[in-house]
Amino acid sequence: MKIALLGNPNTGKSSVFNLITGLRQQVGNFPGVTVEKKTGTLQIDGNTHTLIDFPGTYSLYPRSKDEHVVYTVLSDESAEDYPNVVVVVVDQSNLERNLFLFSQIYDLGLPTILVLNMTDLAQRNGLSVDTDKLKTFFPAAHIVSTNARIGMGKERLMTAIADMAKAPPSRRTPIPLCPIDDITCQEQEAEARYTFIHQVIDSSLSRIETEKKASVSKLDRLFVHPVFGYIIFAAILFIVFQFIFAFAAVPMDLIDLGFAEFAGWLSHALPSGVFSDLLCQGIIPGIGGVLVFVPQIALLFFFISILEETGYLSRVVFIMDRLMRPLGLNGKSVVPLMSSVACAIPGVMATRTISDWKERMITILVAPLMSCSARIPVYTLLIALVIPKTTILGIFNVQGLVLFGLYALGLVAALLVAFLLKFILKSRDKGFLMLELPTFKSPRWGNVGITVWEKVRVFILDAGKVILAISILLWALATYGPSESMKKNIAKAEKESKALHLTKAQTNHRVASAKMESSYIGHLGHFIEPVIQPLGYDWKIGISLITSFAAREVFVGSLSTIYSVNETDDVNKRLIDKMRAEKRPDGTKVYTLAAGVSLMVFYVFAMQCMATLAVVKRETNSWKWPLIQIGFMGALAYFGALITFHLLS
Amino acid sequence: MSAKLSEIKNGNCATVTSIVDSSIRLKLMEMGLLPGKAVTVLFRAPLGDPMAIDVNGYILSLRLDEAAMILVEEPSLAIA
Repeated sequence: MKIALLGNPNTGKSSVFNLITGLRQQVGNFPGVTVEKKTGTLQIDGNTHTLIDFPGTYSLYPRSKDEHVVYTVLSDESAEDYPNVVVVVVDQSNLERNLFLFSQIYDLGLPTILVLNMTDLAQRNGLSVDTDKLKTFFPAAHIVSTNARIGMGKERLMTAIADMAKAPPSRRTPIPLCPIDDITCQEQEAEARYTFIHQVIDSSLSRIETEKKASVSKLDRLFVHPVFGYIIFAAILFIVFQFIFAFAAVPMDLIDLGFAEFAGWLSHALPSGVFSDLLCQGIIPGIGGVLVFVPQIALLFFFISILEETGYLSRVVFIMDRLMRPLGLNGKSVVPLMSSVACAIPGVMATRTISDWKERMITILVAPLMSCSARIPVYTLLIALVIPKTTILGIFNVQGLVLFGLYALGLVAALLVAFLLKFILKSRDKGFLMLELPTFKSPRWGNVGITVWEKVRVFILDAGKVILAISILLWALATYGPSESMKKNIAKAEKESKALHLTKAQTNHRVASAKMESSYIGHLGHFIEPVIQPLGYDWKIGISLITSFAAREVFVGSLSTIYSVNETDDVNKRLIDKMRAEKRPDGTKVYTLAAGVSLMVFYVFAMQCMATLAVVKRETNSWKWPLIQIGFMGALAYFGALITFHLLS
Repeated sequence: MSAKLSEIKNGNCATVTSIVDSSIRLKLMEMGLLPGKAVTVLFRAPLGDPMAIDVNGYILSLRLDEAAMILVEEPSLAIA
């Protein structure tokens, strides 16, 4: 049996879902669209039923991409996800608006279970629902009351589902929905429905206390305060990022080290050959390159989902909306942009809550300009290389200031580009906000855990596939080359090593470096050299720019290979020494201050992340937007680096 | 006295009289804002926009230009 779970946002729908399915859930997409579909299974009397969680919505008539799927599935009996039974979760403390969606669904004629959730909140507000009277208005519905947050009512709901499975109620004649583009029909329906709902409320809802006057809670006074509101938000952001960077560092280093050790061990254990190379230099580092971001992403979504569960996040949207709007963004753009500081992939995915097409598009397009964690290794290396370790005014560490400046540059660029896009993108509809500010609640740790798990899974599956594929491709390009010149170069490197009396390890590194130079990627590096020369780069940097397309931090690894640095101990320090000593044919230094800073600026702006491009393609359903993104970010990177180089040299 | 919802001061009540025909009228209606509904303006964001109103016990935030689509009547203050 297929069971659809529906309801307004903020009704505890996901708590109900988690309550009856536990961890037996899967995340996928609704067929043909990129809307996330959570399905779970439940066992009743030996039968397995599938529960499908639909996006939270206020009406069957959609106003965002996510909500559209509810209308599409429920209006088409042949749809793959068309349910046998619907479970509608309503917030008992807010019955009037919740019954709107419920009555729409009830009219579809499907067997329906009405879950009256949040009994505690309703009681606290002095509300009580007479379910017998309620049932007279919806005679075919099963009515169950729950408090899913504390696990109350699970048995009752399971029994109701079991009853439906045992004796499916006969199909009622459906009252047809309005056509999706007939607004007049829908408005008339809304009016008629609320008139009906008022009758329902008058007869079945009683207020124990006299009508409570609407008042502003103390927390809201604080969170939307003109001064404290922003201070609190800034403080929360600061703490969250402190935690992320402090706690993610250890597991990230362990993953990094673990994969390097494993690849090293395996390359000795396996007979040498193409297969061993592919595994140890392509696939294993590729998987490591994906997993290394998991700690940061998990921590970020841990905090974001706590903020969301408590209801605080919608206050952030509320106080930021007016500031974001002149830039063509929405208050809801804040979370995607925040997430992008860890990784643009979950950031782009988080834009789905923005119902306005144009505001969502702009958010997606500028999100990758926020400096993500993959840029950190690049920044760290380059700063250590060209920025002196001095302080100004006695307290400010120059290296730290430059790092801060790079983050600020990304943020400013994102906001400026958003501002320009506001005039470029055309949209028929005006953006709107219309956001519910839910009551404050303490977070449910089970829900937080499940959200984190889902985000990590999606990242590994979505980004992982692309990063892995690109890693293998780049490995092949770096390993193979026109055989003649390759053989010649390797022989030359071996001869030189012998003449210099190098150790076996040193010889190997020299050969690897020669191999890379004469590989296809080496040729590509030479090929693009004329284009990047004005920015202060040589072909070796060119190679690293190309390999960065797998993931930006690959930059460091590529340079290590090119400069034949042993990868075991203190790579950065020895790589920096080699890079400092690197000279052009005319004897001048390659990594001057100008070239170094130009390279940093390039990495701030350039769209060097295939995984993000793949996600943008998926989210926008076309290659047009990722291509536009490569184009404008590439132009920003090139000209930004060009100007920087000429200003500093 | 007729006014736009966006003009109502914080803490005041108003009753919806009509909603200007626009692309968001249906959505406002679905959120429970129909003629005859009494709402209370709760607070505004730091720059005065958006505003938050109480609709039957839940808090809805609206941008000022969205709220300007909602025409309301303020209950005339009884002068003792």
